[in-house]
Amino acid sequence: MYGFEALTFNIHGGYLEAIVRGHRGGLLTAVDYNNLCQCETLDDIKMHLSATEYGPYLQNEPSPLRTTTIVEKCTQKLVDEYKHMLAQATEPLSTFLEYITYGHMIDNIVLIVTGTLHERDVHELLEKCHPLGMFESIATLAVAQNMRELYRLVLIDTPLAPYFSECITSEDLDEMNIEIMRNTLYKAYLEDFYKFCKKLGGATSEIMCDLLAFEADRRAVNITINSIGTELTRDDRRKLFSSFGQLYPYGHEELAVCEDFDQVRGVMEKYPTYQSIFAKLSYGESQMLDKAFYEDEVKRLCLAFEQQFHYAVFFSYVRLREQEIRNLMWISECVAQNQKSRIHDGIVFIF
Amino acid sequence: MGYMGTAILNISPYAFSAVGIAVAIGVSVLGASWGIYITGSSLIGAAIKAPRITSKNLISIIFCEAVAIYGVIVAIILQTKLQSVEQAYTAESMRGGYAVFASGLIVGFANLACGICVGIIGSSCALSDAQNSTLFVKILVIEIFGSALGLFGVIVGIIMSSQVTWTTS
Repeated sequence: MYGFEALTFNIHGGYLEAIVRGHRGGLLTAVDYNNLCQCETLDDIKMHLSATEYGPYLQNEPSPLRTTTIVEKCTQKLVDEYKHMLAQATEPLSTFLEYITYGHMIDNIVLIVTGTLHERDVHELLEKCHPLGMFESIATLAVAQNMRELYRLVLIDTPLAPYFSECITSEDLDEMNIEIMRNTLYKAYLEDFYKFCKKLGGATSEIMCDLLAFEADRRAVNITINSIGTELTRDDRRKLFSSFGQLYPYGHEELAVCEDFDQVRGVMEKYPTYQSIFAKLSYGESQMLDKAFYEDEVKRLCLAFEQQFHYAVFFSYVRLREQEIRNLMWISECVAQNQKSRIHDGIVFIF
Repeated sequence: MGYMGTAILNISPYAFSAVGIAVAIGVSVLGASWGIYITGSSLIGAAIKAPRITSKNLISIIFCEAVAIYGVIVAIILQTKLQSVEQAYTAESMRGGYAVFASGLIVGFANLACGICVGIIGSSCALSDAQNSTLFVKILVIEIFGSALGLFGVIVGIIMSSQVTWTTS
């Protein structure tokens, strides 16, 4: 019942909600980012980070540091926190927390399959996988030759199995098929997550459905932009859009027929929420779209912390931490490659 | 008069009084414990990253505990109102029985609502104090207003029971 979660939420969720809010307090602030942007070397970055919660994770790293080490250690911190919370969680929170990682699982599968296609070493690929999306049989993904084998040999034991029902074909795996597989899986995943959150009810469903709708709409726009000028037919493109969100269903019909970026802009400007995002971009410019979406997402994620007694704070926290790690990666890369003039292009300030 | 009315009239006023006293303490303690677990679970979680909040936020737990104490006090006051009379079914004794019953209900449920209210505010208080310590005093003011609600019930309950007499003097 909406508004009455306060009475019973804390029986199972109170302790963990307080913990995740404590973790949120450890996110880097604008002051931290300004200090980090002044850094001249990666060791300076390490020094600045040692005053934050990342300190213990980086202190034993020998110089010279590499960007990948910094990102890896920062991700490790997120993974440790996530595992701790998962271990403490009870139903339905534990299922909710597991849902958060499915997106990474899909990315990892696609990474391994694409890598094998280009005959890369599996161990090298495994190192690049996101640790939140690991599952036991992931290393055996490389043996699969087509979608059916992939499903039958490996994925049937993973939580992703139900999402595969739509994309099992006997076709050989190639770049195009893999990309379609990724998007079909992601669509099924988002719809399933959306349904799960609806079932939870109350503030959780209200906030999470809003956040997931934004995610679905963003994916719809990205799929449209990326598929312009490819062999993907309009109907196929239409099939990759999730069946919820603000754009559903009329916006999807219009996006499906878009042929260039300005048409996409024309469609999106009809929606007040997205008008402000597209208003920031000048005509013909699509590179900055990602950043504009990220900025809007961060704003929405931060707002989730304004309400108490709901699960969306867990989702928001993981997403905000991931954005922070992306920021750190960008800063480190800019410092490592002496591109400090571009350092502000890639950072999305969280607070 | 229907069967219901007859049935109620045949219940001894002592039974009504006893139930009233039981509700006064029982439901008050339910409210207090409800509030304490709402506050306590948040407080423990928030204290992991910000240990400084623990002693300050104990005040929220004490506010919840006070609700149980109101219940105890009123229950003690109410049970002193009970007197032994030879004729239990006179108008005056019936009135006494109902008054004790009603004041027990008032105190019990006022304290239940008060305990939950203070508990939820206390939980928010712990979480916001952990993020920003200047918020503590502001939320404490809200919490004090919340805990005043239980006192209203106690006052009305005591006034109601003060006129209880079991025999006409």
